[in-house]
Amino acid sequence: MPRIYMDANATTPLLPEVVEAMCPYWTEHFGNASSIHQHGQAAHTAVDRARSTMAEFFGCHEAEVIFNSGGTEGDNTALFGLLHPGDHLITTSIEHSAILAAAERLAQREITTTFVAPGADGLIDHMDILRAIRPETRLISVMLANNETGVLQPVEEIGKIAAQTGVWFHIDAVQGAGKIPIDVKRIGCHVLTISGHKMHAPKGVGAMFLRKGTPLEPLLVGGSHERKRRAGTENVPSVVGLARAAELAMHSMADGTIDRLARLRDRLEEGILATIRGTGVNAADRNGVIAPRAANTSNIWFDHLEGEALVIALDLKGISVSGGSACHSGAVEPSHVLMAMGLDKTRARASLRFSLMKTATDADVDYVLETVPAAVKRLRELAPAYAGSVS
Amino acid sequence: MSGGVDSSTVAAMLRAEGADVIGLTLQLWDQNRLAGMPGVPDGPKTGRCCSLDDVYDARRVAETLGIPYYVVNQQERFEHDVVRPFVDEYLAGRTPIPCSLCNNHLKFDQLLLTARQIGADRIATGHYARNDWDPERGRWILKRPADLAKDQTWFLFGLTQEQLERTLFPLGHLTKPAVREIARASKLTLADKPDSQEICFIPGGNYKQFIANYLEEQGETVPDSSGELVTRSGATLGKHEGVQNFTIGQRKGLGVTSPNPLYVLNIDKESRRVTVGPESELNSPTLNVHRLNWISIPGLAEPRRAQVKIRHVHEPSPALLEPVGEDRIRVTFDEPQRAVTPGHSAVFYDGIEVLGGGWIY
Repeated sequence: MPRIYMDANATTPLLPEVVEAMCPYWTEHFGNASSIHQHGQAAHTAVDRARSTMAEFFGCHEAEVIFNSGGTEGDNTALFGLLHPGDHLITTSIEHSAILAAAERLAQREITTTFVAPGADGLIDHMDILRAIRPETRLISVMLANNETGVLQPVEEIGKIAAQTGVWFHIDAVQGAGKIPIDVKRIGCHVLTISGHKMHAPKGVGAMFLRKGTPLEPLLVGGSHERKRRAGTENVPSVVGLARAAELAMHSMADGTIDRLARLRDRLEEGILATIRGTGVNAADRNGVIAPRAANTSNIWFDHLEGEALVIALDLKGISVSGGSACHSGAVEPSHVLMAMGLDKTRARASLRFSLMKTATDADVDYVLETVPAAVKRLRELAPAYAGSVS
Repeated sequence: MSGGVDSSTVAAMLRAEGADVIGLTLQLWDQNRLAGMPGVPDGPKTGRCCSLDDVYDARRVAETLGIPYYVVNQQERFEHDVVRPFVDEYLAGRTPIPCSLCNNHLKFDQLLLTARQIGADRIATGHYARNDWDPERGRWILKRPADLAKDQTWFLFGLTQEQLERTLFPLGHLTKPAVREIARASKLTLADKPDSQEICFIPGGNYKQFIANYLEEQGETVPDSSGELVTRSGATLGKHEGVQNFTIGQRKGLGVTSPNPLYVLNIDKESRRVTVGPESELNSPTLNVHRLNWISIPGLAEPRRAQVKIRHVHEPSPALLEPVGEDRIRVTFDEPQRAVTPGHSAVFYDGIEVLGGGWIY
């Protein structure tokens, strides 16, 4: 039985080139980048080079790059570091919990938040962001690509609104990075967060773009690392890995790999919709028009089954995907993203996310297209509500 | 897999036999749900179903055995089919058995369905019971286990032939000490984990507090069913604060003083009267059962002899079963039995075989 991984939005493996780039930094160049000696200098050089690569990746100056531990830290830092009592935050109801939970905590510090809801297609209307602006609005935080649907949010339009109104703009680009080019100058954002492990770099490393002059208070204080914007000894091997993964991502976006990935995703999606009744895409508006999406993500609802059972059934057939539910503190709730898009609980629970890696092959898609219809058929035939109505 | 010794050992035994085993844990109740309410400590609890520790333990077992393992969420169904009926039964003056409801609606219905949906042929559980096919009768026969002290057949009377056909009880021929021995031999770190005793969704076991908290969380209030405490002869001894605070046979917390111990004999929701009396009046020779399920026999048209068990700790007692209408049986014991409790189940045995059972009304 093949083992096919279609859960890239959860995490990705390190590419061999990334592992190779990191190798010398575990045992040979193990130094502390703050140290004076040669060991330290070797580590410092590696971090500098990585910073240079990330500056290219973001389209910013090297001094505007901060290495950190990943998406949650970046999201938390942006919100906790920029907002003060009395401020107002605008974000969306489809953000990652690293934003939503941070906003919840900010509420205890007299920082209010407006959560803008998406349309049925999962797309935020930038005019709703504009309408939410108040005199005390200090920050807008919107994701680049949604982790569950892949829908790309109108960050350039929101960037213009931020510029016109003098509000800071943070982008959670964790799911967009590596799938669409990022140009922080063109977008006009002040802060942007990425995470390594969503783009074939290690877990536990990430980076932020922080526009020069943005008065962000650090979340972690201590040593003078990262120009006093993020204390803590640099995670040198992982930083090197992140930069190598970013280089490879830039190549993939330029050489047609990501376009090929989009075609593969489309073939998978169209194949499922064509062979299985009672299915649809969670990114379509009321007229069936699908919002622009990251190349690798397809979120599909299947009527008359429990998504959880389908995830398990597919896992046992060698396919790793995610369902439309998430575990929050021991309770399983239907996805807040799908609920915000107006799906009912049943349909949200009966949704699956296929998120492909850029290394996905035609054979992977063939196997999934062979396997899913049979698994769905078995689930539906046994489901009491569906018995007798199976085609 | 609950994260306890029994179901973990079942997984280890089947794995040792070379069976293709998938571990499933039912997530039934959010143990944090009523946290912070009166009598409910903050933070997650351990040792109850669905506590994070128990899921962790079950996962560890699956990892030790090298089997795939999944947590299946059935919280909504559990609340609808077990928790709400539990509350409603108490409010109606009866004493419910949530474990039987859970077996009927969750473990051997939804869990079995999920298991089949994901490609499994059967489920195996850690219940102490035996289940054999009898080709002569053409039926699956549920039997009491080798370890009668652990007998759980009383909770399993609702199983249908279709459910029994797809169910394995690998612990049925073992004693609890033997099960712990197998767990140790299988290198399961939880081999000495204590048995769970209380109702899994009621941390601390204070069901009255649970009912009040649950209803408050639902935006409801405990309906006023306060009334009088009376004797069989009609004398009023005092007042009580609600019928849900009583179970048949209860002696403590009646709120009246008496030279001789008094016991709850009857709870009448309509008149809100709770009848109390001496222990001698607690015994009754007959009871009525409805909503029947038959296991070793297809049904009962004629009266027959059987042994009847009316409580988890009750030894089956000789009695006559008489059909008294559609889906109804009257049970007449040879010797009057203590504390017949409406809302409980009565399970009929022929020796070690379970004939069937139903709910006392």
